[in-house]
Amino acid sequence: MTAGTAGVGAGEGGGVEAHHDAPHVPIFAGKVKERLDALFPKYPTKQACLLPALWMAQEARGWISPGALTEVAAVLGLTPAYVRGVVTFYTMYHTHPVGRHFIQVCTTSPCHLCGSDDVLTALLRETGCGELGATSADGRFTVIEVECLGACGFPTPILIGDDFIESVTPERISGILQGYK
Amino acid sequence: MGFPHPSHPKETPVLSKYFGDAAARSFRGWVERGGYEGLKKALGMTPEAVVEEMKASGLRGRGGAGFPTGLKWSFMPKDDGKPHYLVCNADESEPGTFKDREIMRWTPHALIEGCAVGCHAIGAECCYIYIRGEFTEPWHVMSAAVEEAYAHNALGENVFGSGKRIEVVLHRGAGAYICGEETALMNSLEGKRGNPRIKPPFPAQAGLFALPTTINNVETLAAVPHILTRGAAWYKGLCLGNPKSTGTKLISVCGHVMRPGNYEITLGTPMKELIFDMCGGMRPGRTLKAVIPGGSSVPLMTPEEVDQCATDYEGIVACGSMLGSGGMIVMDDSTDIVYEIYRLAKFYAHESCAQCTQCREGTAWTTKILARILSGQGKSSDLDLLLDLSENMTGKTICVLSDSCAAPIVSGIQKFRADFEAYLSRATAPVLALA
Amino acid sequence: MTQELVNVTIDGVPVSVPKGTPIIEAAKQAGVLVPHYCYHPSLPAPAVCRMCLVEVEKAPKLMPACVTTVAEGQVVHCNSATAKKARESVLEFLLINHPLDCPICDQAGECELQDYVFQEGRASTRYADYAKRYNPVEDFGPDVLYVANRCILCTRCVRFMEDVADAAVLNVSERGDRAFIGIDPAQRLDHPWAGNVVDLCPVGSLISKDFLHKARAWDLDKSASVCPGCTQGCNIMIDTRDEVVVRLRPRANLEVNRHFMCDVGRMDYRWMNRGDRIEAPLVREAGSPRLLAVDWDRALARLAELVKGTTGKVVLLASGRSSLEALAWVRRLVAAQSITAAIKVPIGEAAVLPGVPNLALRRERVPNLDGAKLVGYTTEWQGALDATRSSALTILLDAALEEKEVKQLGGGPLVVLSTVHEDWYDSAKLVLPLTSMAEEHGTYINRDQRVQRFTQAKAAPGMARAAWWIAAEALALNGTRGTPSSAAEAFAALGAWIPSLGGLTYADLGLTGRIIEPTPAGSRE
Repeated sequence: MTAGTAGVGAGEGGGVEAHHDAPHVPIFAGKVKERLDALFPKYPTKQACLLPALWMAQEARGWISPGALTEVAAVLGLTPAYVRGVVTFYTMYHTHPVGRHFIQVCTTSPCHLCGSDDVLTALLRETGCGELGATSADGRFTVIEVECLGACGFPTPILIGDDFIESVTPERISGILQGYK
Repeated sequence: MGFPHPSHPKETPVLSKYFGDAAARSFRGWVERGGYEGLKKALGMTPEAVVEEMKASGLRGRGGAGFPTGLKWSFMPKDDGKPHYLVCNADESEPGTFKDREIMRWTPHALIEGCAVGCHAIGAECCYIYIRGEFTEPWHVMSAAVEEAYAHNALGENVFGSGKRIEVVLHRGAGAYICGEETALMNSLEGKRGNPRIKPPFPAQAGLFALPTTINNVETLAAVPHILTRGAAWYKGLCLGNPKSTGTKLISVCGHVMRPGNYEITLGTPMKELIFDMCGGMRPGRTLKAVIPGGSSVPLMTPEEVDQCATDYEGIVACGSMLGSGGMIVMDDSTDIVYEIYRLAKFYAHESCAQCTQCREGTAWTTKILARILSGQGKSSDLDLLLDLSENMTGKTICVLSDSCAAPIVSGIQKFRADFEAYLSRATAPVLALA
Repeated sequence: MTQELVNVTIDGVPVSVPKGTPIIEAAKQAGVLVPHYCYHPSLPAPAVCRMCLVEVEKAPKLMPACVTTVAEGQVVHCNSATAKKARESVLEFLLINHPLDCPICDQAGECELQDYVFQEGRASTRYADYAKRYNPVEDFGPDVLYVANRCILCTRCVRFMEDVADAAVLNVSERGDRAFIGIDPAQRLDHPWAGNVVDLCPVGSLISKDFLHKARAWDLDKSASVCPGCTQGCNIMIDTRDEVVVRLRPRANLEVNRHFMCDVGRMDYRWMNRGDRIEAPLVREAGSPRLLAVDWDRALARLAELVKGTTGKVVLLASGRSSLEALAWVRRLVAAQSITAAIKVPIGEAAVLPGVPNLALRRERVPNLDGAKLVGYTTEWQGALDATRSSALTILLDAALEEKEVKQLGGGPLVVLSTVHEDWYDSAKLVLPLTSMAEEHGTYINRDQRVQRFTQAKAAPGMARAAWWIAAEALALNGTRGTPSSAAEAFAALGAWIPSLGGLTYADLGLTGRIIEPTPAGSRE
């Protein structure tokens, strides 16, 4: 834990257990609970820790499963319905399971001008996903379109998990994907 | 500098001077480059004097609205006994804009220093930096920098021995364009849906957690230490004729130019100089067709308008658009304007928070009409319908997302009507299949 | 304390309203109803439907009347061309995905979308070429269905559950035009006050299962009443179709229940439609093995005679649902004797509505507890039952007795005034048919000493009469002067022997009631 950051940043603590929804192991225990507890003093309300807590839940379970949602609600003293309303507002929380590597491709106008459609087509083909939102048969990938990733000068940016990759072209894709097993 | 390209002689690198210089990321590196002098100077001044300095510099909000920063800070109540908050808007998500990302990636301490100065000026002990969820790399760089800043007493209980307590907390977004709207951002920070709030009350009265709050863009806060170090007069002097638009501005140029990147210009720089000289102009054999100069939410400009436009707040307004966030989308003659406007409408339909009727329904409906036109099924009445719906979507909602969807549609039809009519008359072949 | 007043002109009408009043409320005082959906006077205003946009002179754009407060000298135009165009466009946007299934929608006839579209919407759609959004009907709770396709996302239901009921069971899910009102699978909309979301919904999106396809809104007769469910005394409407009660809905009374009522009260109306009613006075003639139907002249004469001839103790066992008029006049009928009078007070669980101060489903499940006490009844039910063993006359006033209570009754003469018939009434000397509270005018006094009127909602069956009428007529036969000919007169007369009601009339009570000073002990009669 750093002194000043909320400590729920991209990639922290994610990984190994990410794809096993194991409801018998509570999310907010041990290290994760410590991280959450360290956040509370930084905000005047517990509710303000909802987005960070959801990030922790998604790191632990790979997605915001109904069980994870209920755990988040309980640890913050909110109702599951309230939490669900918030979860569905934000596109980065997965409300259903996704592939091991979640790929977001920017296709908003600036990138579209520079050929993002071709990048998307190539990604859908080379990952084996076939269509947007589908998970490849080997469970490796899910590919979605994302609205502006804020790197319009480096078309086409993509996010694989928490890895931000700039200037992706169809030619680079197979090489990039080799790093994600 | 025109990062990632080498600096262009016509740039005025202040914020971008160390883009690409990994050594500037560390606390020590930043101090070696003159960093934290501004904060030390500010701590020796009264908050009122810092606010006055900002007013004198002419610095205006770089997030899009261009509101004078010093004036905004002066709205914060004095001696009200309540906690105050500074919020840094690092939710950069306006299509075409990618400058805040570079500031955080390369000069995190400039931002932290600016936040600390801002806290001192508005009587806040805590600053939340709300970073959009997709910005994974900036998050890590900022996290490390904040940790270092605490370790060197640039943040903490007793900043540089001044007795001042200043905390900076990073908060991660989770994928919502509208959270770049200041009141939506505050709701999101409070653990709610990112719905924009009704004003009044304004943030300075009742903002984050219903307490007095100032919210500033990354670029605005990053400029603050430079102004303190080098003086308001210096900053105000960075001006090419229009005294209302002073200082440097990062312009993110993307699309069909030879060298897309972040260009730090003195406000007032001719737009054609920026596009054709600094950015290297169009690709070979191509000519300019249109420019969206201030992020996707502003009207399109024609080459004629670009030709005579000074790149500053008032200059672009005079040429029919707005400086906005400084995200410049350049389109050459290969561009299908109708498709790009459709793509933007689709973006807004995706990002509408669903509160206001006109926005929720209007963004989706206009997207459908544009899709139909692109599919070759458009009707002759569709353009008038789009204009009428756009009017009904403008100036009627809590925030301006709805207006932002309408702006490119209206300006597109007004300025590039022939492109639309070519689809309607089937002169242009359909590019979309109707769903 | 005087409130600072602000002068504004709304559609040409000058009004003075307290500082801080939203334009939409000021407009009501100017006689202008600004069309709106998300605004509700008992909920926080989010200003999201954008229907109430009005033109305020000197303002740069149209302002939402629900959250824009009045300012001195303000000139507001609610019906200018720009305001009307804005409203027309909101209606158009709201309709593009609306199924227009009014013919099968329960809300039709009382639908604010239907009303405003009829009033000022476009005659035809410009959205004809696109498919409408579709979402399935959801079962939200015991009595609430959510028809998502009709929803206009005004969020009144979400705000009621979050801010008033303090039970965030509903949410807005997703965003943009994909948004809908959501509920978590782990939760149900079963809060004791949840039914209010059906009333709050301005369209036919949240509907009552109980009322589903029961009647068309325009066929209903509506009568102002008071919920007989507990001592809170929520103001209600009794809606009937052809003399059948089809639903109860809350009626606004800002002092008592604002715009709400609980589900227990809402659902407890079927007894009003019972068919097993006593329709004629029944008398046991000397030597007759059973009760015989007679006319009122004979029945009243028999009652007067019985009362007059009784010298010993009289026991009155009354329903807490009986009106103040009924309780008072029946007690007066036997006033000459030594009286034990009690009402039965069923006890249930309380259920507060946290967002409204002093509003709850109360434990005491009778509407007139304080009225009964005021006119000389106790809640010593068991004591009164015991007293029947030595009583010279026992009178039952619409009190439904359980079997074990019947067994505790003494063998003395029994007079029954009742709405419904029970087999054991055969042992009574006289059984007189009563109107139910839905069939008569009357008053209750709630727990805050508020005297509230209820009005007749449906016709009484056969020869059923109000209890006060029966008592007053019998008293007249025994020589008492001043017999009332209406409930209003029966009430106005009470002041003569109940000082705290002195001078009060139905006109004074209006339809929102009046708080009285509690009567000091010992000053009764």
